[in-house]
Amino acid sequence: MYKTKIKDISYDFENLKNLMAKASPVRSGDYLAGVAASTNMERVAAQWALADVPLKQFLNEALVPYESDEVTRLIMDEHDKMAFAPISHLTVGDFRNWLLSENTTSETLRSVSAGLTPEMVAAVSKIMRIQDLILVAKKCRVVTRFRNTIGSEGCLSTRLQPNHPTDNPAGVAASLLDGLMYGCGDAVIGINPASDNLEATTRLLHMLNDVIQRYDIPTQSCVLSHVTTTLKAIELGAPVDLVFQSIAGTQKANSSFGINIKLLNEAHVAALELKRGTLGNNCMYFETGQGSALSANANEGMDQQTCEARAYAVARKFNPLLVNTVVGFIGPEYLYDGKQIIRAGLEDHFCGKLLGLPMGCDVCYTNHAEADQDDMDILMTSLAVAGGTFIMGVPGADDIMLNYQSTSFHDALYVRQVLGLRPAPEFDNWLQKNQIFNSKNQLLQQSEVPALFKASLQELTGGRS
Amino acid sequence: MSKKNSPKASHDPWRGLTHFTNARIGLGRAGMSQTTQAHLDFQLAHAMARDAVHHPLDFKLLQENLKMMGHQSLILNSQAENQSMYLQRPDLGRLLSTSSKDELKRNIQTAIDATVVVADGLSSKAIEQHAENFLKLLLPELKFKNYQVSPISLVKHGRVAVGDGIAENYKARLCILLIGERPGLSSPDSMGIYFTFQAKLGQTTDADRNCISNIHKNGLSYQQALKKLLYLIGESEKLQLSGVQLKDETTENELIKK
Repeated sequence: MYKTKIKDISYDFENLKNLMAKASPVRSGDYLAGVAASTNMERVAAQWALADVPLKQFLNEALVPYESDEVTRLIMDEHDKMAFAPISHLTVGDFRNWLLSENTTSETLRSVSAGLTPEMVAAVSKIMRIQDLILVAKKCRVVTRFRNTIGSEGCLSTRLQPNHPTDNPAGVAASLLDGLMYGCGDAVIGINPASDNLEATTRLLHMLNDVIQRYDIPTQSCVLSHVTTTLKAIELGAPVDLVFQSIAGTQKANSSFGINIKLLNEAHVAALELKRGTLGNNCMYFETGQGSALSANANEGMDQQTCEARAYAVARKFNPLLVNTVVGFIGPEYLYDGKQIIRAGLEDHFCGKLLGLPMGCDVCYTNHAEADQDDMDILMTSLAVAGGTFIMGVPGADDIMLNYQSTSFHDALYVRQVLGLRPAPEFDNWLQKNQIFNSKNQLLQQSEVPALFKASLQELTGGRS
Repeated sequence: MSKKNSPKASHDPWRGLTHFTNARIGLGRAGMSQTTQAHLDFQLAHAMARDAVHHPLDFKLLQENLKMMGHQSLILNSQAENQSMYLQRPDLGRLLSTSSKDELKRNIQTAIDATVVVADGLSSKAIEQHAENFLKLLLPELKFKNYQVSPISLVKHGRVAVGDGIAENYKARLCILLIGERPGLSSPDSMGIYFTFQAKLGQTTDADRNCISNIHKNGLSYQQALKKLLYLIGESEKLQLSGVQLKDETTENELIKK
């Protein structure tokens, strides 16, 4: 039982799970779940009470029982006590102050990362403002490698997402070439297939592999099929760079996705054995998003942001190349408007980074959310200021297969321009070598198609321009 | 604003690629940002999609038009009292309000085979443009099958599962629900049809339904949708079920060629 008293009114919170939920900044999904604070006063009272909770308490009080949830077991069993030692005496409130201190550097944060649990990180985020989330995340440095180097200081990468409603090869190729000529695709060239089947997946995998080899692009590919489909593709000898999977923060939610930790482990081992990375072996790509556990009726009474942070425990077990919070995709019943989407995106980035993950964000919204391009500009800019690892590159920000709005190739160029950020260094060199970018990190003025792509464009269009 | 050769915008020399996809490629640029034209094109598409969600459906007009076609209907409400509540509480959109439940009870008839429900869903534009046209084709087919059909339920702020309670009320074997789908930038007026055999409030799950999606100008035609629906009805009567165990075996057409 957690208690606090404000202006002679006592506030009681049944347990840590309940306290965390009530302390969460407003979002529609927590009301939908029936776990949100009922008044603004109750929310702040919960934040006061949460600030007084010792970090150690999170190791004693599991939010979902250890016996019934493998994500809890993963969090508890793999907790690094040595790494935790320097901060083990702190409360959540002290922890916030400690994180903000100028004495807490990138190195300090890296050294405690394995000692932090998702719940500790989620808890402190609930008593942080957006500027705090940005400041601390910016101090975190997470670098991963496959065929290039993702996450170096001063870099912002992009996932090229050339989706097509029927997986039509020419349609995919058209968006793919457009993206490359706009300097996009260093994080990954990743396609969401319209149909999750083995045939479509292997066809797309071969196509992406051909493109990467033909143009000698220092990047990696991914077809975002279910992990079981990708495993079969690997068995068939398909060229799999990154294994993709959507993950969530409870065993029940993961099981509704048709996965568990054992299965992810199997896929991870299979991908590692392919040894397709040239610079490193980070070969997993995970996607998450607040609300996914609740939408599977599997939030176990937790608020959606805490569920989300717990998904990162699953992610970090497999040393992923990329983790992407698809923040506004799920709709207004979870994140109602631009304000909620913006905060959620920055919370996810903060929590992921602190836990040691290469965190990117699909800055996005649907047409029934109270959000628009201006909201996306604010989130994208704030995320880049916070050192976000990557964003999406979708033609004109309009994904014609998934029917939602993400960020465009132009958006990435804007944000790199205003903040002086560059693509991954190997990709940056490739862009310059092939006359797509100049040395000043700008797109070259093109009166003709870059020489590299001339032949394939001829093939595709028969010379039509 | 001149559309072509505007001095500040540069065109992409690979615009020929637009032939292969409806994606917004070859947009050109102003500096490294989107051109005025590309920006305003996007704003326009977003405005249409937003209006499709928020524009209130004229249920009275729909009711009158159906009456002229010779069909009785009832205007009902879900428990979501307004649009904002509807968007945030899908659970309330699945249940009828108390007064609507009472009204339905007053309309109980015997030996109903099929009930038809029309809900605004996430695109009132979809219903405005397609519901009446589709019902013109569907209702004679149901009559031809000698089905007893209940008055049509027109549900404001309704989600798919709102049909379950209605079907149960009428003891209807078949529930056919037309609903406005989540609008995309390129398809703000897409209608979906959900078909359920022996729907029961609180028991029927999404796995028990069959969905015919993407009914709009550039998607599935009314005739194609009708063909699929009649096939599903026929098969469900044979198998006495609907949902995942009932596969749509009608040949996939070349829906989205581009």
